[in-house]
Amino acid sequence: MRNRPPLLLLTSLVLLFLALPIVLIAAVSFSSAAYLTFPPPAFGLRWYRAYLGSADWLASTWLSIGVAAATVALATSLGTLAALALGRLPRAARTAAAALILSPLIVPGIVVAIGIYYAFSRWGLIGSPVGLVLAHTCLAVPFVVTSVGASLANFDRRLEQAARSLGATPWGAFRQVTLPLIRPGVLVGALFAFITSFDELIVALFLSGSGAVTLPRRMWDDLRFAIDPTIAAVATLTIAFTALLLGGAHLLRQRALR
Amino acid sequence: MDGGLSPIAATRLGRGASVSLVDLEKRFEGVGAVRGISLEIASGEFLTLLGPSGSGKTTTLMMIAGFETPSGGDIAIDRASVVGVPPHRRNIGMVFQNYALFPHLTVAENIAFPLKQRGVDRGTRAVRVKEALALVRLPGYEARYPRQLSGGQQQRVALARAIVFQPRLLLMDEPLGALDKQLRESLQLEMRRLHADLGITFVYVTHDQEEALTMSDRIAVVNEGRIAQLGAPEALYDRPCDRFVASFLGESNFLTGTVRGMETGVVVAECAGAVLRGVAPQALAAGAAVTLSTRPERMRFADALPAAPGNRLRATVTEAVFAGERCRYLLRAEDGTMLVVKEPSSATTRRRAVGEVAELAWPVADTVVV
Repeated sequence: MRNRPPLLLLTSLVLLFLALPIVLIAAVSFSSAAYLTFPPPAFGLRWYRAYLGSADWLASTWLSIGVAAATVALATSLGTLAALALGRLPRAARTAAAALILSPLIVPGIVVAIGIYYAFSRWGLIGSPVGLVLAHTCLAVPFVVTSVGASLANFDRRLEQAARSLGATPWGAFRQVTLPLIRPGVLVGALFAFITSFDELIVALFLSGSGAVTLPRRMWDDLRFAIDPTIAAVATLTIAFTALLLGGAHLLRQRALR
Repeated sequence: MDGGLSPIAATRLGRGASVSLVDLEKRFEGVGAVRGISLEIASGEFLTLLGPSGSGKTTTLMMIAGFETPSGGDIAIDRASVVGVPPHRRNIGMVFQNYALFPHLTVAENIAFPLKQRGVDRGTRAVRVKEALALVRLPGYEARYPRQLSGGQQQRVALARAIVFQPRLLLMDEPLGALDKQLRESLQLEMRRLHADLGITFVYVTHDQEEALTMSDRIAVVNEGRIAQLGAPEALYDRPCDRFVASFLGESNFLTGTVRGMETGVVVAECAGAVLRGVAPQALAAGAAVTLSTRPERMRFADALPAAPGNRLRATVTEAVFAGERCRYLLRAEDGTMLVVKEPSSATTRRRAVGEVAELAWPVADTVVV
């Protein structure tokens, strides 16, 4: 009991420290002032209207959503297949293959971005959504492999054998037995793939060019050239959206544990 | 349905599949798990592969099912080789060790699974599921999920799922291993009944000798990747061919000694300070070393018998345990050989005391050379 009050205080301070920037940005986003100032003189939806009235901001938003959706489709299928294959490899090969697949998590983002930039500039993939999707897929696959791998660890391979003995083709056994049972892991992986792509800035700085400016990229540019509270409104919306997705992932994981 | 025969019961008319294994081999990274198994399983037979863990019995079953590829030899079902045929095209029912029921499907969906793969329409599926559940005595359990069932019930569902598509061959991999003794015994009888009802071929894998003896038409005792002995339960029990079979299938007393001579099919040997006789499959040369084997329940105390038959041996009681239906004695022969004797208990049999010197007697026919 003696430890309780200091622990509570410490925890509150840490949470406050973590939440303060978000609270400040949210407050500023509802400001009525024409410039970034705190505390806001009055509240209003002026900057949300500015965001929704800007073709550039909306185009970037839709591009980011589109790139993230394509990344989810690609990374989730590739990652799930990779996780399945990893489970079937002999131990030594599995360790090597897993290290290779997970390397984008370990290599510094800027290094990955430069590497991708050099390769893609040769293939004309700069300033194209395709380039962004491919690069983001590389970054998102590790998350899918990790979460599907965790689901597979609890999956009894004999269920697959049972399905095969009962007349299911390899694909039929996967679709009717394996996939439904590892679905929570696949969905969590898909959510992380979406967030990875949707929030991604470093690779976008190199690959966006002028033709494919994603939302994080436009926020970055906006901060550098014109500071007005629109960015706060966009940031607040992005945070709310991401929080919703993470909440969804949490619920899925809860269900998977049951 | 013609003549009121249910489709499942009708497979009985089509009888079971025959299986032949020819010099079957399986090596894992160079190590032989199955090292040349040859076996003819007749249509409609209940054959058990019995052996300790790691003997190769499960690997053999997995090769018949198609989950392992043989490193050598051949597997034929109904005279046609199935090597290279993927498991889903072999049309073999299989019951797995921990049931392997699909946890996300209901009992009805689990049992309907093989029918769905075969394109059976929804209405027929429901009828067949109901029949299969009746056959394993679980009527009305369609809507439950596997996790809501007891172990024994899950096993029955697994069985129903494995036979609902009318395979002519059913493979079972230690299906009763996870159940308690009483449930195991009642399910053993039920498996026998099911085997008789269906008339299909059963290949059963177990390490439990009692299970094997109770259910099988024939038992193949597997050891170190080979068949040590093949035969009907009684034949294996009464005439084990070697020490491994004699001790793995039931309990045995071994007496070692030297051959004195032969009398028509019977060897005369000096063991543990006595002259003993035993059934010998082939002639043995005088002076050769020999081991005789006898079951503990076939040995008796000579003074309790009206006319003591055959072999006699003096030994000292070193341990006496009353175990309800019988008394279990441990005795030491004059040469130090330890012997177990199981005497059926009754209120009138005299209990032997530790330290007492007794004369054991048992028939020559219950003594075999191993």
